[in-house]
Amino acid sequence: MIPSFGQGSSCVTGNHVFCWDWVRDHWHDTLGPALVQHLELTAIAVGIGFAISAGLALAAHYLRMLEQPIGIVATLLYTIPSLALFQLLIPFTGLTWTTVEIGLVAYTLVILFPNFVAGLRSAPPDVLEAARGMGLTRQQVLLRVELPLALPAVMAGLRIAIVSTIAIATIAAYLQPDGLGYPILLALQEPTPFKTEIYAAGALAVGLALVCDALCVGLRRALVPWARKGLA
Amino acid sequence: MLADTANWHTFVDAFRFIGNNPGLLATKTVEQIELSAAALGIALAVALPLGVVLGHLHRGSGLAIGGSIFGRALPSLVLIAAFLPWLGIGFLDNMVALAVLATGPVLTNAFDAVDRVDRDAVEAARGMGMTELQILRRVELPLAVPLIFAGISVAAVTVVATATIAAIAGGGGLGDIIVNQAGYRLSGVVGASLCVMALSALVFLLLRFVQVAVTPRALRETTVGQISAGKELR
Repeated sequence: MIPSFGQGSSCVTGNHVFCWDWVRDHWHDTLGPALVQHLELTAIAVGIGFAISAGLALAAHYLRMLEQPIGIVATLLYTIPSLALFQLLIPFTGLTWTTVEIGLVAYTLVILFPNFVAGLRSAPPDVLEAARGMGLTRQQVLLRVELPLALPAVMAGLRIAIVSTIAIATIAAYLQPDGLGYPILLALQEPTPFKTEIYAAGALAVGLALVCDALCVGLRRALVPWARKGLA
Repeated sequence: MLADTANWHTFVDAFRFIGNNPGLLATKTVEQIELSAAALGIALAVALPLGVVLGHLHRGSGLAIGGSIFGRALPSLVLIAAFLPWLGIGFLDNMVALAVLATGPVLTNAFDAVDRVDRDAVEAARGMGMTELQILRRVELPLAVPLIFAGISVAAVTVVATATIAAIAGGGGLGDIIVNQAGYRLSGVVGASLCVMALSALVFLLLRFVQVAVTPRALRETTVGQISAGKELR
């Protein structure tokens, strides 16, 4: 007997479009854990990516000549297909979680770094002039003027990074039996693709992304009420 | 599964694999390009006219924005898997999935590009007695070309890169080698990955070149700079 089909109802054994009973029976051993793993993969990748981009962006902010090289590397990185990037890392880090996370972090950098830089640069010259005229030191200008003004662009980047990472993390299942991509790969390897598993895991992945997207929009409205839509 | 010991030498072996199998890699590359071109063609045929017309009418911004959010939220693996029970394993399933994937950026950018064309310029054209079609063809489209093309570039690179995953559903391409480590060993997998990487980088650079070429000279200084910021325009 095929493991994923199990000894299910006629709906499951007949491989109908969607069987709620399979979802109920396998929430605890398949879908729930996959969802949690997916969130972990995403949170770790975005967290590390955020820290690295912040550092790189600050460096590029003070040393302008760094910006273009970092930007070009980041853009080229984005053109690398995720599956290929994971495979290229295997000689160094093996079939591990580390490989998956390095790949995911790399993609968040591509999105977060340009947004950080654009944000830091979005302070109008006369505002900076006024801050300097008030006697603020360089550090105070950064902390009290440039960083708050960078927030809308940073938030916009964060939103895109989170949603994209959730999507790319499904590919991680090719390397590690983690995340929502894994039940989908298993369902595809059945003699006939098992529909319920595909649609349940797929819906969870899309749903997770949409919920995170909405949360980011809400958070942005709360944090930067002055920034209108479309500004960043 | 990981029978080969993986280290720096893997890359040496990978290049050796590339050198020893030019025919195989060329065939797979052509398969991948065919699949991508077909998918992109369908997406362009559907999304480009729709986006341009909606942008001209300044209607349906919800559709364009929703398209961009959904486009990002839909994982390619989910798309390929979702159509599989209905379209079967092979070219068709992958083509449809990749076409859906490409529709998002093309539609959003086409709408956005035409929608944000300077209203004064459009009014002036209307005052001069141009018909709506003339306004679209002679005022809005030339001004919108850079942004429209940016959307097409993003879609094209995304599709070529994602087509690698098509192998899981019998779509062929270089992914066939990447997902078959048992057959090609790690050196083959890494070699094919290098080829995929080169292919998408090449497509990206080619499109950047074309983008500069199709941009009206007067717009080059301003718009190309903004667009080179890359994928995310909103």
